[in-house]
Amino acid sequence: MKQYAYFPGCSLEKMGLSYHLSAMETTQRLGVELHELEDWNCCGATAYFHVNGDLALALNARNLAMAEKQNLDVVCPCSGCYKNMSSVRAELQADVHAAGRINSALEADNLHFTGKSAVRHLVEVLVQDVGLDEIKSRITHPLAGMKIAAYYGCQMVRPKKDSEDVEQPTFFEELMATTGADPIDFPLRLRCCGGSLIISSRQPALSLVHDLLQNAVDHGATVIATACPMCQINLECYQRQVNDVFGTKFSVPVLYFTQLMGLAMGVAPKRLGIGSEFVSPKPVLAFCDRPSAA
Amino acid sequence: MATKPVFSQEVSNLMSPTRGNPIRTCIQCGTCSGSCPVAPFMDHTPRRLIAMVNADLEDEVLASNTYWYCASCYQCTVRCPRGIDIAEVMYALDRYSLKKNRYKKGLVGPGFSETFVNIVHGTGRSYEPLLAPSYIFSYGPKGFFGEVQTAMGLMLKGRIPLLPSRVKRLQGFRQMFSRASSDGGAS
Repeated sequence: MKQYAYFPGCSLEKMGLSYHLSAMETTQRLGVELHELEDWNCCGATAYFHVNGDLALALNARNLAMAEKQNLDVVCPCSGCYKNMSSVRAELQADVHAAGRINSALEADNLHFTGKSAVRHLVEVLVQDVGLDEIKSRITHPLAGMKIAAYYGCQMVRPKKDSEDVEQPTFFEELMATTGADPIDFPLRLRCCGGSLIISSRQPALSLVHDLLQNAVDHGATVIATACPMCQINLECYQRQVNDVFGTKFSVPVLYFTQLMGLAMGVAPKRLGIGSEFVSPKPVLAFCDRPSAA
Repeated sequence: MATKPVFSQEVSNLMSPTRGNPIRTCIQCGTCSGSCPVAPFMDHTPRRLIAMVNADLEDEVLASNTYWYCASCYQCTVRCPRGIDIAEVMYALDRYSLKKNRYKKGLVGPGFSETFVNIVHGTGRSYEPLLAPSYIFSYGPKGFFGEVQTAMGLMLKGRIPLLPSRVKRLQGFRQMFSRASSDGGAS
C-alpha cells in the first residue's frame, strides 16, 4: 500500500466535491492510501501572493509541517494548491532567512518546517508511483471510442520544477489512454483557463475559456478531462456565459480525470459525484451503458 | 544619509532572491508577451511593463492593469531566455500596488484579493459566498444577473457550502498569522 498525506484544498470540500469523491474511489482501487492532512488550511490561492509574500509562505509551510509530522509526502488534487505548496517548499529550502522567519511564526502552532515531505500532484502519483500498466490492469469497462481532450492547464506543469518537459508533455494523454478511450490532438491543452480571472477580470477569462472549448470541439472531443477544480469550474460552469457572450452553442462535458478512470473501472457514476454538472454528461455515460468486455 | 530606493529597486525587494534572475537583466526579446494568453487585454504587454519598471516609470506602472490581469499561468516564466520569473514580478507589482494603495480604477483584483485574505485570516479556509460582494456589483446589470444564475445553479447542484469550513486549532493559526505578517510584504 502506498501512503500519502492528502491535501484536498478548499475547492474540493464542496465546489469540486466530485473530484474528491472520484479521487477516493479510484485511488483505493489502485492501492493508494490517502490520509487527509490533519487540520489543513487554505493554500492562499493567488490572492495571498498578491497581498503578502510571507503570509503565503506561512500558510503553505503550516500544511507542509503537518505532513512532516505524519512522515508522509503530500498529494494535491488541485493544480493551484500543488503549485503553491511545491513552490513555497522550494523557496523555503533555498532561502534560509525566509525559512527562519516562517519557522518562528510556525512555533506559535507548535510546528516546524524542514522540507522533508515532497509535494506531488495526484496525476503524477498515478502515472509515476502506480504506473500505467497497473492502472490498465484495473480497467474493466473500457471507454472504447470516447474522444478525450486531456487538458493539462497551467500549474500541473508550470512553473518548471526540475528537468521535466513543460512544452510537450504526454503523461496526461497516456494516463487517459489507460481507460481505453482515445486522447485527441488538442493544441490548446497547455493554455490557461483564466483561473481566478473569471472573477477578477471577467472578459479576458471568458475569452480564454471560449478558445479552449472551441479548440476541443473542433478536434472532436466527447469530453474534456481536467485535473484541477478551477479549470473544471471555468470550462463547465461558465460555459453558458461563454455562449451568451460569444453566441456559441457549446455543450461539451468537462469531467475530472478521476471520474473517467472510475467509469472505466466500473464504478457507478453516482459514487464518482456524476450528477452535479451544469453541462449534461450524457454523451460520456452513453459509452458506459455497453456490456462489459470481461 | 540613506537614500530612498528607486522604484525598480523597491519592486525587486518585494521578490524572493531565490526566484529567478533580476529584472534588470531583461533583454526585451518579447518572448513573454508572445506567450502570454492575456496580453491582448493588457494595456501594456509584460515586455513593455518590465521596461517601464526598469525605467522607474512608477506612475505609469501603477496606472496599468497588466499585473492584475496576469492569470499566473507561468508560460512567460518557463520561456524567458534570461531566466526571469516574470509571473513572480507580476506578484511583486500586485504587492507593491496594494502596499501603496494605488491601482487603476475599476479593477476587481485588488479588492477581491484583499477580501480573500481577510476571509482565510478569519477561518483558515476560503468560503465563496463571503467573497461575492467584493466583485459582483462591478459586473453591470447583465453580468450581475448571469453571476446570480451561476451561483443559484451551483447551490441547486449542492456545490456551494451553506456554512464556512474552518481549521480546528484556530488560535494557533491566528498567532502564526500575526507573527508572519509583522515582517511586512517581502517574501
